[in-house]
Amino acid sequence: MADPSTILPAGTPAPDFTLHVTPDQTLSLSDFRGRPVILAFYPNDFSPVCGDQLGLYNEILAEFHKHHAELVGVSVDSSWCHGAFSSIRKLHFPLLADFEPKGAVARQYGVYREHEGTAARALFVIDGDGIIRWSYLSPVGVNPGADGILEALEAMDSHAGAKA
Amino acid sequence: MTTTQQGTLRPPVGEQDHMLGPVDAPITLVEYGDLQCPHCRRAHGVLPRVMRRLGDRMRFVFRHFPLTESHPNALHAAEAAESVASQGGEKAFWKMHDLLYDHQPEWEDAPDDARILELAREAGGDPDVVATDLDTDRYEERVKENFMSGVRSGVNGTPTFFINGRRFDGDWTSVDSFVAALEAAEK
Repeated sequence: MADPSTILPAGTPAPDFTLHVTPDQTLSLSDFRGRPVILAFYPNDFSPVCGDQLGLYNEILAEFHKHHAELVGVSVDSSWCHGAFSSIRKLHFPLLADFEPKGAVARQYGVYREHEGTAARALFVIDGDGIIRWSYLSPVGVNPGADGILEALEAMDSHAGAKA
Repeated sequence: MTTTQQGTLRPPVGEQDHMLGPVDAPITLVEYGDLQCPHCRRAHGVLPRVMRRLGDRMRFVFRHFPLTESHPNALHAAEAAESVASQGGEKAFWKMHDLLYDHQPEWEDAPDDARILELAREAGGDPDVVATDLDTDRYEERVKENFMSGVRSGVNGTPTFFINGRRFDGDWTSVDSFVAALEAAEK
């Protein structure tokens, strides 16, 4: 699993899901309809580095918002764990708990790592109609930057401009 | 999929950059660094040994990548280094860069810029000018330009290195493996 052949490719409708964002609140992909969404799957909360992938995205949320895109993190950790992680790292975007059944959404997107029992580091840019416009599976141990995300958002903007 | 390969340095190294070593060196190492980041401080300990090993075959470029959410003093440190550079030139910039890393524990949690200003004086800058530059955000735009160029280039944490324009995802903590990666890019 989670090799480049299983990740859902561009052009695929993004499978809808509903996951806990806090212990008593859920979020669905369809809640974002009409706006681009960046789905960032990652292995686990609390990786022992600073300036990591989520920390980096947290620093550049304003750039994503320029494209009216919302960023959502997804891992198999529980919403309680996400809450602690999010407050320590001062993250300003939601983290979804792909916790029960474990990794079900990561599996649907083709980015679950069976052996490790976690999601891979994988990125999806989904347009306002719920279609995946760009997806990327990062090599093991390598944090993806934000260059691919921004390029995908820009391509969507120019496409929308051409249509208008 | 994307047209550009991820992890490509944009823009390429140019006159606007802070650079050590010969302009025509066959190996160019670019660091996107945060002056308050402990991992960058560690890299700062490794780099001089790498540069000694490679001599005139490499040049080193530093671009600012302050992670201000986790490092509240990083932006002022970067701006202070730019202010010192504009007053004292490139030599003063590198002195300030070195001083900030060497004395990082003394200013990283400070509630004000006092220690950063002392270091600026030591690097050859006028601390009053630096203080004014910080108050007026004179170099904020330049630092943010560096930051955004890093985002566009695929910086994925600090420090992130680029060797001859390609992101280096390997091990920089050992001098031997870092030198080997740099030499591989020379051919």
